[in-house]
Amino acid sequence: MQLKYIDEFRDPGLARGLVEKTRAAWAGRPPMRIMEVCGTHTVSIARAGIRSLLSGVVTLISGPGCPVCVTPDGYIDAAVGLGMRPDTIIATFGDMLRVPGRRSSLEKERGNGIDARVLYSPLDAVEIAAKNKDKEVVFLGVGFETTAPSIAGAILAAADRKIPNFSVLSSVRTIPLAMEALASDPEVRIEGFLCPAHVSAIIGSDAYIPVAGKFGLPCVVAGFEPLDILCGIYMLLLQKKRGAASVENEYARVATAAGNRKALGVISRVFEPGDIAWRGIGVLPGTGLRIREDFSAFDAQVKFGIAVPSEAEKTACRCGDVLKGKITPPQCPLFGKACTPEEPYGPCMVSSEGSCAAYFKYGAA
Amino acid sequence: MSGGKILLSHGEGGKRTRELIRKVIAKRFDNPVLAPLFDSGLLGRLDGEVAFTTDGYVVTPAIFPGGDIGKLAVCGTLNDLSVCGARPVAVSCSLILEEGFPVKTLETILDSMKAAADEGNVPVACGDTKVVEKGNADGIFITTSGVGILRDGWRPAPEKVRPGDRVILSGTMGDHQTAVLIARNRLELSAEILSDVAPLSSMLIGVLDAFGEKVRFMRDPTRGGVGVSLNEMAESSRIRIVLDETRLPVAEGVRGICEILGFDPLYLANEGKALLIVDGGAAEGIVAALRKTAYGRNAAVIGEATDGTPGVLMKTAVGGMRAVDYPVGDQLPRIC
Repeated sequence: MQLKYIDEFRDPGLARGLVEKTRAAWAGRPPMRIMEVCGTHTVSIARAGIRSLLSGVVTLISGPGCPVCVTPDGYIDAAVGLGMRPDTIIATFGDMLRVPGRRSSLEKERGNGIDARVLYSPLDAVEIAAKNKDKEVVFLGVGFETTAPSIAGAILAAADRKIPNFSVLSSVRTIPLAMEALASDPEVRIEGFLCPAHVSAIIGSDAYIPVAGKFGLPCVVAGFEPLDILCGIYMLLLQKKRGAASVENEYARVATAAGNRKALGVISRVFEPGDIAWRGIGVLPGTGLRIREDFSAFDAQVKFGIAVPSEAEKTACRCGDVLKGKITPPQCPLFGKACTPEEPYGPCMVSSEGSCAAYFKYGAA
Repeated sequence: MSGGKILLSHGEGGKRTRELIRKVIAKRFDNPVLAPLFDSGLLGRLDGEVAFTTDGYVVTPAIFPGGDIGKLAVCGTLNDLSVCGARPVAVSCSLILEEGFPVKTLETILDSMKAAADEGNVPVACGDTKVVEKGNADGIFITTSGVGILRDGWRPAPEKVRPGDRVILSGTMGDHQTAVLIARNRLELSAEILSDVAPLSSMLIGVLDAFGEKVRFMRDPTRGGVGVSLNEMAESSRIRIVLDETRLPVAEGVRGICEILGFDPLYLANEGKALLIVDGGAAEGIVAALRKTAYGRNAAVIGEATDGTPGVLMKTAVGGMRAVDYPVGDQLPRIC
């Protein structure tokens, strides 16, 4: 039998059955507050209209798992600053172009002559560096455990091929400790975590055992398809109902308990944990991935002697509260007014995976 | 002349220009309106309400799986006339060529313009050719205009849309943009995806002949795709459209690529499809009629007009409800 992996996970009949089972299992109880940590879940939930399907049963809180959204404005300023140096090429994933820093964005500065190029893979940046030996190529390394292996791989490739004009401005982060920080915030009041799919394929579902244990919170790793999400939510409700707080894996077709050892090995060869600022949340100790000293020749912060400032500027933008799940996007005073996808004010409106963009595009229903 | 390249002198009005026009262009479009090479094509007396349209084409690459810029330029203009209920009478062909453009490629493109015009049963009645210095254009740009005569007694009538009317799409979504995307990025994929570029005049005029005012109005969902066209249709008819995700036709290959790259087929361009809002009672008959035609085999009812705030909503496959809004900027591939 050929499993095509799209229709099977969007089957209307199965979905209906699952929704009915979920509603029946939770009848008469107040909605459970579940945080979907990952931006891809946020988009999938909005696109499939899952909030409307399970209204009154669960309150879905969108978490900080959108790499563009949590990148502090100081990082954008640093990237723009590097781009303004002579003979410098900034290589980046597409979504970063439009993120506003304190003064400008890469997209705006591209009009003023910054050479910023959009890539799909960090390895392409190494290739650009190899072909432009008279220029410095700086890759904007953002993301989580999912992009970390390919960014680390690019650094290893540059070291191996002795390409000195390639470097990475790292803003790579890890998820589990950030979840602990959110779990301990009394204002967020999380009762369970829908854990990311792709991140878990790298780090393994066991990575959430500490957060489940320390905070007594049910955790379920779920895939990104609508049925995955419905099933994951159902599993969380059942755990909560029987008072359990364990880690379960709905996405066993891809994610294992131990994760991808090879990818984890590449990450730890190049990176070490460090403190890092999350936009709107602040500095979370140990949640950043810093380039190890052995590879400091490829660390743009070391190479160009710059520091990425971590304090956020005070504005009316409430991305931080959105990222922490304290408010839903429409509760921000700028949402849909001063901040729209055409003229984004905060990063959550820029990224295709941002909660504000998802709410704006697909409606809050 | 074949095998050569376009030179600046091909656009200077002298001997070379005459040679290019006579031996390469007019020769292909050969028809009595164009043949005298007057400064205008004389179309004769037209009986009925006249429709007039124009469009510029700048697609890159100029030749893509399933078609080329020439076929696109003729079909685009024929389709703009047809969705307004106009039987095409004639099209024009204005070429902007970049110095150095291969004459052989130009001939291929002109051949497909001729083939598309023949299929649409119209002459290429007039034209113009300019050449610009290398670097000042991207190979070839084409502008076509078209004149048509409205079918007696039918006009596009968004104001006549009522709750209970149905929305029909004449086939699968997103084939054209996906084919161009694959050609542009040289993606190595096993699925062969062809652009849907096609002239829809005989299919659409046939439907109007059979169903008349049961068809309220039509659009061709090109740039911005079905998602944008439906929003515009909802706006102009001041009605709410509710789509049924399970009924949206998408070719399997297109769907796979959209999943990989993070695109939504609702917003991908089509060049051989039409959206029709029709009387609810006639919808199934119209779909059956469309399905009998070469370009309407996958036609389907995809949604319904309802009461409520004007706009587009979608009942999702898993039973949820969400908004279908205008997209913002390019659809960027996902980054994690």
